[in-house]
Amino acid sequence: MSQALTERGLSDTAMAASIPAPEGAGAPNYTVTPKRTPDGSLEGDLLEISMGPQHPSTHGVFRMDVVLEGERVARLKPVFGYLHRNHEKIGENTTYLGSMPYTDRLDYFCSLTNNWAYALTVEKLAGLQAPERAEYIRVITAELTRLQNHISLVGFLLQDMGASGTPLMYAFRERETILDLFESLTGARMMCNYMRFGGCRCDLPPGWLEQAKQVVGEFPRFLDEFEALLTGNEILMSRTQGVGCLPPDLAVNASVTGPMLRASGVNYDVRKVDQYGIYDRFSFRVPLGEHGDVYDRYMVRILEMRESLKILQQALRDIPEGPILDPRAKLRGFRPKPGEAYGRIEAPKGELGFYLISDGTPNPYRYRVRPPSFINLTILEDMCLGHHVADVVIILGSVDIVMGEVDR
Amino acid sequence: MTSPMLGEGILKGLAETARNFLGSYVKEDRLVTVQYPEERLPQTEAARNFPFLVYDADNWQKGLRCVACLICEKECPPQCIYIVKDTVRKPDHTGKLQFQPKVFDIDISVCMSCQICVEVCPFDAIKMDVEYELSTSDRFGSLLLRKEQLAKSNDYYRKVHPAEAADVDARLGAEKARAAKVKATAATKPAAGPSPAPPPAVA
Amino acid sequence: METLEQIKGRVEAAVPGASLQIVPNDSPAGEPSLLVDNGHALAVARFLRDDPSLRLDYASNVTGIDWLDAVVQEKRKVKQVIEGVEREIEQTVEHKKAGCLEVVYHLYSMELKHGPLILRLRTANRSDNARVPSLTPVWRGAEFQEREAYDLYGITFEGHPDLRRILMWDGFQDFPMRKDYVEPDDYEYEPTPHDDVLEKARQHFPGEGPA
Repeated sequence: MSQALTERGLSDTAMAASIPAPEGAGAPNYTVTPKRTPDGSLEGDLLEISMGPQHPSTHGVFRMDVVLEGERVARLKPVFGYLHRNHEKIGENTTYLGSMPYTDRLDYFCSLTNNWAYALTVEKLAGLQAPERAEYIRVITAELTRLQNHISLVGFLLQDMGASGTPLMYAFRERETILDLFESLTGARMMCNYMRFGGCRCDLPPGWLEQAKQVVGEFPRFLDEFEALLTGNEILMSRTQGVGCLPPDLAVNASVTGPMLRASGVNYDVRKVDQYGIYDRFSFRVPLGEHGDVYDRYMVRILEMRESLKILQQALRDIPEGPILDPRAKLRGFRPKPGEAYGRIEAPKGELGFYLISDGTPNPYRYRVRPPSFINLTILEDMCLGHHVADVVIILGSVDIVMGEVDR
Repeated sequence: MTSPMLGEGILKGLAETARNFLGSYVKEDRLVTVQYPEERLPQTEAARNFPFLVYDADNWQKGLRCVACLICEKECPPQCIYIVKDTVRKPDHTGKLQFQPKVFDIDISVCMSCQICVEVCPFDAIKMDVEYELSTSDRFGSLLLRKEQLAKSNDYYRKVHPAEAADVDARLGAEKARAAKVKATAATKPAAGPSPAPPPAVA
Repeated sequence: METLEQIKGRVEAAVPGASLQIVPNDSPAGEPSLLVDNGHALAVARFLRDDPSLRLDYASNVTGIDWLDAVVQEKRKVKQVIEGVEREIEQTVEHKKAGCLEVVYHLYSMELKHGPLILRLRTANRSDNARVPSLTPVWRGAEFQEREAYDLYGITFEGHPDLRRILMWDGFQDFPMRKDYVEPDDYEYEPTPHDDVLEKARQHFPGEGPA
């Protein structure tokens, strides 16, 4: 196994993630350039449809203008902005602390990682440092968020494929145990508003670590059941292998990040590259795919969940006592020095970054979110050309978008 | 490794679904549905929904801890709190003259339960409630909570957040004890006598 | 990765005629950036992506920034003769700094795992010449983000394959993220208005307002 890894240029921190796909899978059959008549309608047998904003499988209010030749996609343009709330302008009119609850609502499935990315950027801008216990709590909550995000995504992907809710409901049953943990720690299941600049808002309540250890202890058994249901399933394999292939050089050039990039075989995980927080203390591997198709993205996410469980076990074992907030942190009247900072983390959907420019006032001058879902959508058209309409739904499902983040 | 039979994956999956379905008849942890509203899950200690104002003693008007410092109004990100400060000081439940809010409105259709108002309040006057069955058919009337609807007693706070209320009570009690001690030592000084010179050391 | 000064030197050597400038960053984050002139931005970008020791193949973030016309006060020491003695006094000089729109690119390398290199492009002004070359031919990932900068700031990217509005609807006028954007007057009643919303409330509902 290790020889095969080094042959492919993988280090011992990366591991391969595929079940081999059938021969010749992945190349689109043909592409057609749509031509229009003078009055604007499409020439020939092309049909332009809008997989419109109200659609059960578009993961939110998302629209795709698809030009079809029969059942195959000739052109696809994503249209979004239905959930645009101009979060960046709100950020310019609110204080730094006041923007923290708004970051919860960006990628609303993963509010704690959003909080962490923002807190990291402000700490970089202001020169604050979170104490050790706070860093451990951040890692624990981030990995729990990754678990519940990936399991929900697999559930939604199977739902889009027509498995009409069974894997989704199993996934949500386990997700509830994690959300209960979040509620007892932060007070809210989804909109947590937990990280502060320099640490966390409040300490772990008594009994939380034991409950977390119990959840983490039972999760592998559930993952085994889930994989028994799904991974060897012939319908899943034939529908997803070879569909929506993304070559690695195109993925890198299109700024794709996260599990979608790693499924194409590129070994880039911000946790390993930047080693923000205390990720250098945990030993975990980075799963990589070979073909970059939907099946690889599904497998990479399942394997990432197992790696997250490893990190969680290590963190829950090693968490020290101590303060949870930097003593220099200020709640009110926080004015960082003028300057700018770009902070990024490996959110479950990709690289989530915040770019803040401060001019010495309590409000930032420029507040920018680098949304992974938005940027991963750049390459959606290239992946879908030549495939069937049903495949478009699955490919979109595997990109893992949340409209709160795409539109902000 | 022998190649898998066609359909083996689907059969394994069906076995899994059967295990979950039949298991829900015999095992507790496979039957996860809570029949709301007949049964309700208990809320955790830290759960939060919308804010409420805490009052001490029995009189909700005099015992209100809020002194209308306007900090929560300023820090609230969606600006859903509206306060009008009283112009004269009124005695509170201990008899001390305090400013009080004449108007204290929270628009819970705007409030996002972020809890920043609770964090910045220096007087422990506003805390998070746990009521979630708040649906109504009157959007602007019933979703704007006025001071009367927001004020709830400290006993209620102890009931919904026992550990937090105990902390707050301990802290306020310690502050009051410290203030009383300072007042006591200040009161004993002038009663000691007008002579400023210390008594000479006994030879 | 090399320091910014070294990179600047190599870029100037490789792309003749390019004028680069280092923009300092004094916060504790300490990430200075490189300001490139518009004429040579595409060539500089290609060099940064293809150079073997840099290989900045991943454009992580493309941001638009609006700098308004500002009046900058500068204190200068000037020698003046006062009462027969030559003294050096401080004089405050005001000069107008023309506003511009800026595009910032955060570049990383997935191959060599280093970064970031921060690239800046500035438009000539905020009104009629808000044009910048598009770097989408170099980094495909900049496509949607440049469209967003166009949509929200009004920066026109020359050479972009599909420059149209992305987040706002087609036919929307004006650019929402600019600092001088005025919202349309479509006031909706809300029970707890503050500050400028209160002004609008008083205009629309003169008798009402919070009780």
